[in-house]
Amino acid sequence: MERKLDGNAAGGILHAVFPFDMTVTRATCAGCGAIGAVGALAAYIHGMGTVVRCPRCDTAMIRLAYVKGRYWLDMRGARVLQIEGEQ
Amino acid sequence: MEGTAVQRRLIWRFGEVVAARAETARAKSLTLTVPEWPGHRAGQHVDVRLTADDGYQAERSYSIASPPEDSPKVTITVERLDDGEVSPYLVDEVRIGDRLELRGPIGGYFVWEAQMGGPLLLVGGGSGIVPLMAMIRHRKAAGSAVPTRLLYSSRSSAEVIYRDELENAARLDGGLKLIYTFTRVQPPGWTGYGRRIDVGLLGEVAWLAGDHPRAYICGPTPFVETAAAALVSLGYPDAYVKTERFGPTGGG
Repeated sequence: MERKLDGNAAGGILHAVFPFDMTVTRATCAGCGAIGAVGALAAYIHGMGTVVRCPRCDTAMIRLAYVKGRYWLDMRGARVLQIEGEQ
Repeated sequence: MEGTAVQRRLIWRFGEVVAARAETARAKSLTLTVPEWPGHRAGQHVDVRLTADDGYQAERSYSIASPPEDSPKVTITVERLDDGEVSPYLVDEVRIGDRLELRGPIGGYFVWEAQMGGPLLLVGGGSGIVPLMAMIRHRKAAGSAVPTRLLYSSRSSAEVIYRDELENAARLDGGLKLIYTFTRVQPPGWTGYGRRIDVGLLGEVAWLAGDHPRAYICGPTPFVETAAAALVSLGYPDAYVKTERFGPTGGG
């Protein structure tokens, strides 16, 4: 079963990989150049993994799966990340 | 960000269920104590992971209903979806003393803290009320007087989660206004809203854009998209309309 949610729902698995909160990280879509907080992007979550897509052009920006103790991360659809600094 | 805390990758940890409370016929709140809980902010969620005897695992996200002030206790509210993999277990089977595996807190995007100010517009559909309730509880616990309107869309009054607490809070606190819309069944003599949200309804309920409100919308995807588009058409800037969607069925 596939669930269309938003990037907030992908926040858990993303935070298991990145040592900071990805939902407030701004990402640039490699397809159309739109920039948005990952929490506001579209996310499709299913048994095989999580795909974060651009809500404007549907480009798969982040693909992440956890298989047998290893995370697989494909970010070719996210051209730039703007990561919040420690305050 | 979590103050000066060192940021690190999230790990799974166990919490112990210390209280359970039926909220409606289908929704239950579970309160857990979580050792070394780093604290959370109102609006954040956790992932809960169940592992079957054969090793099969299923995980779902649940919003935190309790305010940061309750840490290290964390309350989630779960609505049972009859064809779900996780929610029937959490609603019907979990007992006090059970241990649940969870990961969090997650998400700094859909977050409100008292010092962010307002006025505040909270728009919830069904169990989308849960993270908004954490904000309302945090507002009270922090002694905040930020003027707040909650628009709560529910199929019927029987399905309103936290009904007594919300109605008491709205009665006692002049700064908190509670507006229901009952989309399927209206109570006898009901004179309030009885339809799905639309731009007209939001136009009557929402703060004027000129008041610089902060809006938080949580519910099923179509509900969130309708509400967000309506607020933007009413002049709310995108950056002040925060949304959180759960799937058409909540995802089980």
